[in-house]
Amino acid sequence: MPRTEALSSTFEQVVLPHLDAAYNLARWLVRDPALAEDIAQDAMLRALQHFGGFRGDGAGADGGARAWLLRIVRNAAYDAARARGRVREVPLDPAGEDDAPGFDVPDPAPGPEAMTALRQDIARLDDAIAALPIELRECLILCEIEGLSYKEIARVTDAPIGTVMSRLWRARQALLRTQAAEAGR
Amino acid sequence: MSDPRCEEMRLRLQADLDGELSPAEAAPLAAHLAACDDCRETAAQLGALSARIRAEATRHAAPAALRARIAQAAAATAAPTLAPAPPPPSGWRRVLGGPRERRRLGAGFGVGFALAASLALAIILPGAGDLPGEVVASHIRALQPGHLMDVASSDRHTVKPWFDGRLDFAPPVKDFAAQGFPLLGGRLDYLDGRAVAALSYGRDKHVIDLYVWPQDKPAPAWSGTIKGYNVERWAQDGMVFWAVSDVEDEQLRRFVAMWRAGA
Ligand SMILES: [Zn+2]
Repeated sequence: MPRTEALSSTFEQVVLPHLDAAYNLARWLVRDPALAEDIAQDAMLRALQHFGGFRGDGAGADGGARAWLLRIVRNAAYDAARARGRVREVPLDPAGEDDAPGFDVPDPAPGPEAMTALRQDIARLDDAIAALPIELRECLILCEIEGLSYKEIARVTDAPIGTVMSRLWRARQALLRTQAAEAGR
Repeated sequence: MSDPRCEEMRLRLQADLDGELSPAEAAPLAAHLAACDDCRETAAQLGALSARIRAEATRHAAPAALRARIAQAAAATAAPTLAPAPPPPSGWRRVLGGPRERRRLGAGFGVGFALAASLALAIILPGAGDLPGEVVASHIRALQPGHLMDVASSDRHTVKPWFDGRLDFAPPVKDFAAQGFPLLGGRLDYLDGRAVAALSYGRDKHVIDLYVWPQDKPAPAWSGTIKGYNVERWAQDGMVFWAVSDVEDEQLRRFVAMWRAGA
């Protein structure tokens, strides 16, 4: 079956390199490592199943494969969280989004006292990002860590580009406020 | 930020930071920044935050067992004994077992796959106050696709102004293309608790990263090898410099000597 083989090798070349990105996004969306692994796996299998329908027509050097996969991951994460009754629908009205609790993120366990200053610094940054409402957090992660363009983030999160820009702005302002509060302590 | 012009500049400023502005769109912003202290301050804050997130926020690498299971599933798609792709979902449950079975599948399969650089990265986490380790981890992270440069240019007159408004200091930028160490570009990075300038140079097929930031306290010259990467540190003109690369240490010392001597 040459066609099938070609298809599969292409999946390995085109989609598999983004597995880390898929898992990373899942972890940042749900935080629970076991659930994130299930979500990343489901997403990869969905991607494998639908790979025949994927047209490398997106922007970017990878033909949009990364954004295509991350959209599947994001949908899988929302499905999983919804199934567990842990997420409420994201409000359509952008106003009031700041107060949306989004995913139910458990409080991170306090680190050991002996934690070094640097590790505390990193943990504080992770905690500050994790504390952002889900719709701000996903935009920030996709932009800063996954390096997606605004257009790709809009496609992944199903939001207009203007909304993406304002969510990124609000995410960053919230983090700057947290930093300033920590520095003032 | 009471000036309505500033309100208008906010998202444009952010878009510039995210590399979303064309030169034509960036021109009015540059003009505004030149005249507005508040917006320059905002740009510097956002730039430092962005550099900190990219350097320090945890990038979770996929567990090896998950990678093995996915590689196995992809390989199974191509196996001639299976139904033609794309198979129905039920077929995938058969290959992979039920949800509870799935996580155990990885162990038994000798699926060959290359570990991504990002996986190695998880092992080389910067230790406490371990600045050399932090520098090397940053260099390795930068070598991942798409992370090396915010501004890709071999022209130092392009790279140097790019840092204006993104850092609270002006890093020196030099090019040694004539000596076989061409400037490749620059980026913001985050080291030692602050935003720093990172300059990338080419040497044959290798990359040398040079990190620069202001430092008052004396920094005696230092060199070492960490995880197979050569590292050189020196101080010059009120700045501290860290050079890191996998080129041979003799090559790196040549690079450093040129930097210290070159105008
Ligand atoms: Zn202004």
